[in-house]
Amino acid sequence: MTTAPETSRRQKRESAESSKGKSADRKNGNNAKRTNRAKSEARLGWLIAGPAFFVMLAVTAYPIAQAIYDSMFSFRLTAPDERSFVFLQNYLTILSDTGVFWRALLVTLLVTVVTVAVELVLGFALALVMHKALKRIRGALRTAILVPYGIITVVSAFAWFYMFDINSGFVNNWFGWVPGIDSDLDWFANFGTAITVIMASEIWKTTPFIALLLLAGLAQVPDELVEASKVDGASWRQQMTRVILPNMKAAIMVAVLFRALDAFRIFDNVFIMTNGAAGTEVLSLLAYRTSIGRLEIGLGSAVSVILFICVLLICVIAIKLFKVDLASGTDSKGGK
Amino acid sequence: MGESQGSPRRGRTARASGAALAAAILLSGCSDSEDVPVLTWYINPDDGGQVALAQVCTEEAEGAYVIQTSLLPADAPSQREQLARRLAANDSSLDIMSLDPPFIPELAEPEFLAPVPDDVAERTTEDTLEGALAGAMWNDELVTVPFWANTQLLWYRKSVVEEAGLDMEQPITWDQVIDTALEQDKLLGVQGVRAESMTVWLNALVESQDESILANPEAPAAELQTNLDTEQGMRAAEIIGLIGTEGLAGPGVASMDENQSMLLFQRDEGSFMVNWPFVWPATNAAAEEGALDEELVDDIGWAQYPRVDEDTPSAPPLGGINLAVGADSLNQDLAFEAIECIVQPENQTEYFITNGNPPSSEAAYEDPALEDNFPMADAIREALENAAPRPQTPFYNEISTAIQQDFTPISGVRAEQTPAQTDAFIVEVLRGERLL
Repeated sequence: MTTAPETSRRQKRESAESSKGKSADRKNGNNAKRTNRAKSEARLGWLIAGPAFFVMLAVTAYPIAQAIYDSMFSFRLTAPDERSFVFLQNYLTILSDTGVFWRALLVTLLVTVVTVAVELVLGFALALVMHKALKRIRGALRTAILVPYGIITVVSAFAWFYMFDINSGFVNNWFGWVPGIDSDLDWFANFGTAITVIMASEIWKTTPFIALLLLAGLAQVPDELVEASKVDGASWRQQMTRVILPNMKAAIMVAVLFRALDAFRIFDNVFIMTNGAAGTEVLSLLAYRTSIGRLEIGLGSAVSVILFICVLLICVIAIKLFKVDLASGTDSKGGK
Repeated sequence: MGESQGSPRRGRTARASGAALAAAILLSGCSDSEDVPVLTWYINPDDGGQVALAQVCTEEAEGAYVIQTSLLPADAPSQREQLARRLAANDSSLDIMSLDPPFIPELAEPEFLAPVPDDVAERTTEDTLEGALAGAMWNDELVTVPFWANTQLLWYRKSVVEEAGLDMEQPITWDQVIDTALEQDKLLGVQGVRAESMTVWLNALVESQDESILANPEAPAAELQTNLDTEQGMRAAEIIGLIGTEGLAGPGVASMDENQSMLLFQRDEGSFMVNWPFVWPATNAAAEEGALDEELVDDIGWAQYPRVDEDTPSAPPLGGINLAVGADSLNQDLAFEAIECIVQPENQTEYFITNGNPPSSEAAYEDPALEDNFPMADAIREALENAAPRPQTPFYNEISTAIQQDFTPISGVRAEQTPAQTDAFIVEVLRGERLL
């Protein structure tokens, strides 16, 4: 079974190889005149990749540039005549707002760290189960594990909301025997309980994604190495920590990075379950409320730009600090 | 070869669908060739009443125009978002819009709405109830045409009132409501969810003391001031906070909207509830289906919205829908013609009976058919005479959101703190010094 992430990773690997080939060409070009063939290949390359490149520019670079431009104006959609250039004032307003912005940032970070950590552990366990499962049930098992990931986030958010809602939910009833849970507990009235439900829903929904990426990593670990360590008398724990995990470090880092980027942009669950009440506002929701709800295009764009910068930062930290090589799916030391 | 073998059948289906397509083009071509202007009416979701009215008025127009409806999102803030964005983008399809009154100033101020012609204004507001008319104005001018008006009543359980010995013919105060619930260990149906309904409640409490949330509604954003940190604002916060801290609205108060408070009121713990008239048809329907005891319906009574202090008449909340024409509409004259048709008193009565939304025109209440379906029609009309709109300002959304944030959960509302804090918060937000 070829899964989407596997395919996309293979494509990336291929494109990385071809870019390696290109840089080799360039080196040759420095030494000698580029051959006709190299020239026509380069032209072909542009012909093939060019349209996609321009489409990317149109659908990503342009809106980003527009958002950055808009973020320097005081502009309210329903007061078009009062639009004025304020340069970085919107950013100052946002960054000096501890009650709303910094709180939303902290909540977002909390959700990101907790969900990614829990998902990594659960996802690894699921990946092991899928990896070791008997051939006969493997397909069914993988499908079963993937079901939550296939559900639309808004739908799963509503399902979790109604499950825990004090008026219509069954959780208080079923789990009344657990200390702290009784029929009077309103999960969405307090920060602690509300954020717990939001994170649980997020974890339930996206653990399969991590499990899938880790499964691909597990499949890359050469059987010979595991067998050799077995022959040498390594315990299960030693096999895990000395052979399997080091060999799938790249896959783990890719999974963590992708999920962290995803988790940082969490919106649906919060929007549906609390809409930011009980202190559960996250950055995406703040951006949405400011530009769509308040129609403050300038201020809202500034929040979006800050959100974008945070996501960039996560990428840079992951790629530079942890040396994740997205193109090859391996770490830069070349360990495979 | 394989393809040509299959072709006769495929050819037949292709021809058939081709013929259907041609017929469709011809048909649509027919209506186009007559050149009847199509008016688009953006409607809020209801029980099909506005679609029916669109049809009625299309027929009455005898070919002068055709009204087609387009559905807006379910809640009022989302309706506002969509309409504001379309209006700001000069969308010419906004011929007729169903607008929630609090958002009218925001759309009227930048001249997004076409001015109501004097003769239309005169004819459509001849007998409009006072509260509804106030909600249709901005800067002393009629900018929308009232279509239907909504207000809240105090709903009570006759058994509870009897036990408490209250005379419901006399005005009731919030203190009496709270004391009765406390004494009999019952729950109150109020809206404690962080939503528009919070502002509705607070506004009614402040207005019922002859005070307004906004000190200077027509001032520019930087100078707008709210009046919550006053004796009246603190008294309103005290009532809300008391209900919250005493747990009088039940454990689920933080997610209690209009529908949830109706369900609470229907339970055995129900005593009083402030809510819109939709609860009456909804409760009756539930009883008919057998979901509720028939006796419950007989136990329900209604009165005017509770007073804050004994001697000042209450100012119930004002809701409803007004009709406006987009400034970029290409068919403004026809749109106003259509609006005149839609808001005729007979149509308002019909809409009340079929959809449960009360008329804004006084004459519409004179239909005897109303008495069977809405025995409280007179109480609603009286409430609409006294109803007070929410703060009328282009910055209503900001003020309302700030109130919702500070006044929920209601168990955290303190008379000494919350109003002052909200005043300061609103000022900072409106000056652009803080996020909301």
